[in-house]
Amino acid sequence: MKISKVVENMQPSGIRAFFDLVLGMKEVISLGVGEPDFVTPWQIREAGIYSLEQGFTSYTSNKGLYKLRLGIQRYLKNKYNLEYCPDEETLITAGVSEGLDLALRAIINPGDKVLIPQPSYVSYGPVTELAGGIPVYLDTSKDGFKITPKLLEKHIDKKVKAVILNYPTNPTGVSYRRKELEEINKVLLKHKILCLSDEVYGDLTYDFTHVAFPTLPKAKENTIYFNGFSKAYAMTGWRVGFVCGPKEIIAAMTKIHQYTIMCVSITSQMAAAEALVSGGKYVQQMKREYNRRRQFITGELSALGLKCMLPQGAFYVFPCIKSTGLSSMEFSRKLLDEQKVAVVPGTAFGPSGEGYIRISYASSMDNLKEALNRMRKFLEKRA
Amino acid sequence: MDEILEILEKDGRATVEEIAKMTHRKPLEVKNAIKRYEKDGAILKYKAVINKDLIKDSDSEVRALIEVNIIPQKDLGFEKIAQRIYSFPEVTSCYLISGTYDLLVVVEGKNLHTVSNFVAEKLSCLENVRGTATHFLLKKYKEDGVILKQKPENQRIAISY
Repeated sequence: MKISKVVENMQPSGIRAFFDLVLGMKEVISLGVGEPDFVTPWQIREAGIYSLEQGFTSYTSNKGLYKLRLGIQRYLKNKYNLEYCPDEETLITAGVSEGLDLALRAIINPGDKVLIPQPSYVSYGPVTELAGGIPVYLDTSKDGFKITPKLLEKHIDKKVKAVILNYPTNPTGVSYRRKELEEINKVLLKHKILCLSDEVYGDLTYDFTHVAFPTLPKAKENTIYFNGFSKAYAMTGWRVGFVCGPKEIIAAMTKIHQYTIMCVSITSQMAAAEALVSGGKYVQQMKREYNRRRQFITGELSALGLKCMLPQGAFYVFPCIKSTGLSSMEFSRKLLDEQKVAVVPGTAFGPSGEGYIRISYASSMDNLKEALNRMRKFLEKRA
Repeated sequence: MDEILEILEKDGRATVEEIAKMTHRKPLEVKNAIKRYEKDGAILKYKAVINKDLIKDSDSEVRALIEVNIIPQKDLGFEKIAQRIYSFPEVTSCYLISGTYDLLVVVEGKNLHTVSNFVAEKLSCLENVRGTATHFLLKKYKEDGVILKQKPENQRIAISY
């Protein structure tokens, strides 16, 4: 056998096959997309182009361009009154994905456990395994897709090293208020469990102010904070994210980062630095647009008889499809076959997503309306 | 700006029901607000933005931007003379401008001839018009915030996490 055991066991094959089916089909309306439908705002693109014209084509410091790290310091200070040193506590990564990989590799010893609330973003488990850790999935489907102190306590033992939080959450759109986070934080502090907080959708929170985990009492020394430009600034393809945390951890992560990818593309870093300077108003514009679609689509889905809670952040709704009697995968496959609408089965995000589908509203109103029409036909046929 | 206006400015076809759902308001509330905006003149009209380059049988249309120098009238300033100019149906837009000239007048006509006739026979001979400079429009790249190009194919992968 040429392939390592860990890699060979990765990724359930049913989902892969479904994805291939979608990709091979023409004229599908896809609500299965995990990225903004907006193009990066021109001002930010222009900064990338200009940097190329100026001949910025070299490596940057491993930690990332100083001016970008400085911009991040200001952003966090202004937004959350959160202070991280740009020299020792900040690292620029190729998206949050790389940041998480680095963090897990930096902290895990073989056999350490990592708690992952499910349904969860797909990479958390595999990346934990690659780092030699054991993912422990917490089924949140009974608690409105939120983790509670009780659920946490139930799974904590001596081997648990860290928990990966992600809020607003992909795929459910759920987020947490300060009070709920404080309760979670108390449990983590009590058991000395590190919090890896993926807050890449933080700027896309609609109903209340997003609370950054490290701003909670005594949480900063115990938290690795992840954020990036992909979602809020519509910059997925640029691959820029950042990690802030205690300096020993950032130093350890930087070691791995320098031996693996060295640094993020300088063009992308230049563009990201501009995003922090002038991108705020575009984020607000896009957020307003998402918010309208969010309210529209949740109302429409409920009218179709698919129960779904109003998501508080990101650009996903996670309606329940149990009333159709179909499994998530059957529902998604049939909807694709019969009506050419693509959604992601909830089980793509773990077994606790069974009975749900993820719908992305990062798609134009026209697309959403047409997709809902088709879903209506699909459901009427089954009523 | 009221979100209702923001939505309508982007898509004049958005229905009352849709806007109500998008903004989480009651349909009646939205309907009344729109009526009020129409009555107050905040919403003037609804129209489609058409890329005439793509319409093969459309009457070829010529557009010109005309800079107009004006001698202001006592007590009335530019108002009266501007009114005389913008009342011509050929004039599609008319702006008072700071700088080296006073009015910017946008004129549309069937061909070069009709536009130049308008300038020579109607505009230039107005009493208070001191001079004009006519610029014919060669190509439209962007109009009313819309880039006049066929939409590029969606480049996103159809499905992703």
